[in-house]
Amino acid sequence: MNLTINIGKLKLKNPVMTASGTFGYGEEYSEFVDLNKLGAIVVKGISIKPKEGNPPPRICETSCGMLNSIGLQNMGVKEFLKTKLPYIRKYDTKLIVNILGNTIQEYVKLSGTLDDAGVDGIELNVSCPNVKKGGMLFGTDKKMLGKLIRTVRNNVKNSTLITKLSPNVSDIREFAKVAEESGSDAISLINTIPGMAINIKTRKPKIANMIGGLSGPAIKPIAVRMVYEAYTAVKIPIIGIGGIMNYEDAIEFMLAGATAVAAGTANFVNPVATLDIIKGIESFMKENNIMDLKELTGGLRC
Amino acid sequence: MSKYLIAEIKDNRPVNKNHNLLVLDSPGIPETPSPGQFYMVGIEGTNDPLLKRPFSLFREGNGEIHFLYRIKGKGTGLLRQMEKGEKVSLLGPLGNGYPLPPKNITPLLIAGGIGIASLFPLAAKLSDSAILFYGGRTGDELLMLDELKGMVKELIISTDNGSAGKKGTVIDVLNIFLTSNSQLLTSNLLLYACGPSPMLEAVSRVASEKGIKGYISTEGNMACGVGACLSCAVNTKKGYKRVCKEGPVFAIEEIVW
Repeated sequence: MNLTINIGKLKLKNPVMTASGTFGYGEEYSEFVDLNKLGAIVVKGISIKPKEGNPPPRICETSCGMLNSIGLQNMGVKEFLKTKLPYIRKYDTKLIVNILGNTIQEYVKLSGTLDDAGVDGIELNVSCPNVKKGGMLFGTDKKMLGKLIRTVRNNVKNSTLITKLSPNVSDIREFAKVAEESGSDAISLINTIPGMAINIKTRKPKIANMIGGLSGPAIKPIAVRMVYEAYTAVKIPIIGIGGIMNYEDAIEFMLAGATAVAAGTANFVNPVATLDIIKGIESFMKENNIMDLKELTGGLRC
Repeated sequence: MSKYLIAEIKDNRPVNKNHNLLVLDSPGIPETPSPGQFYMVGIEGTNDPLLKRPFSLFREGNGEIHFLYRIKGKGTGLLRQMEKGEKVSLLGPLGNGYPLPPKNITPLLIAGGIGIASLFPLAAKLSDSAILFYGGRTGDELLMLDELKGMVKELIISTDNGSAGKKGTVIDVLNIFLTSNSQLLTSNLLLYACGPSPMLEAVSRVASEKGIKGYISTEGNMACGVGACLSCAVNTKKGYKRVCKEGPVFAIEEIVW
């Protein structure tokens, strides 16, 4: 039985990864999860300088999901390289670093530094505002997205380059194509969906930043649809994300076109969700006589 | 080491109209938790509610772990309906508990509402050395009074409407106590507080005005409980810290209100 999959140059022992921002730097979950068993760890988004994040409350629960606006709190790339990278490198798993910047130059600097440091993959978080372009999001403007990916691509020699697409666009296929044409090795989708919740007694927003990203089972059908649409548009591998709680969800994403999957909010609900998903996929393959997991990708029957 | 496991409910009984005591069978919990630590408790088999809920350790021993909880929303509303033999998921113990006072220091425990759940095991551990200030909105909201009476050196209760104990907030009562016991050296006192945020802020003010040191247990909307998601940020003099990891107990002077 073969669970290995390829994302660009990367060969993963299985298709299960962690979604950025939901698994810390791996260490936080190491008491519960044997990190060696994961296909890849995608760590919390890193910027050049440390970011202190947004004021609390930063999350609230909604029906079958949660809203978050953490504000990209992170320790900055320097501290990451010094303390977190050596820790994860002790484990036999692939390391993918999510990066965020406010200008193309910041992305270039970050990706170059991380590429030099030998990380396996770099995931571009393009849901950040471009400060030089009046706060426009890289991820919702095709021209800007293309320019960002091309420039970063020229500077990344060894790491696999993944673009994490925003669901906040009218046609995901066009953005998937831009990513592919601009040299991204893979795409991951979806990021959270902007949402809002109000406390009717206090009339205040339930999170301090007012608007946050919705994640969890509530967004899964939207994510499956977008993975399917992206799959019809591009040849590069797709990492499916969005409300994956168990192995059934993971397989659903693969049938829609995902090569790999990432569990996010599920880690909060069940700290061993990633391991449960891997075990579940193995049992499913046995029961259904699937010798190679790659068969499932895009296996939807219409 | 914390641990993640599925635990069986041995009892889940009402303590009053909106509080329950949850008793879980705890085989395999490797570590003895400290007062002030907490667990994430989850209802299995549903996505709504989705996240686990953080509950302070109330009591443990004899293969059992107890949580005293207030029925507040959807999650605790569903939990209240669960019966003996049903199962919940349990993650913990998590976070840092209350540092114990040095010898010859009088601990003053200040509990507001369900904050008693967190201070109860501390009171038990300090046995008869602690003075406990315990306040609620009304007398019927005060829980476990008989047990507490036998546990602490002195129990001073207060209610907003005066239906039990002294009329006023727990802070009013604390201030009166400190004024009328001015012979007590503030350096011989240590505060331990858990309760709603305005109460903790008021405790911090009292502490800074009178120069008394101590600890407070903080709260925050929490998702993971293990320090990964950075949801439960609390503002401290050294920037945001995680309630679940660096807390929930902080030195009073650390917190920025």
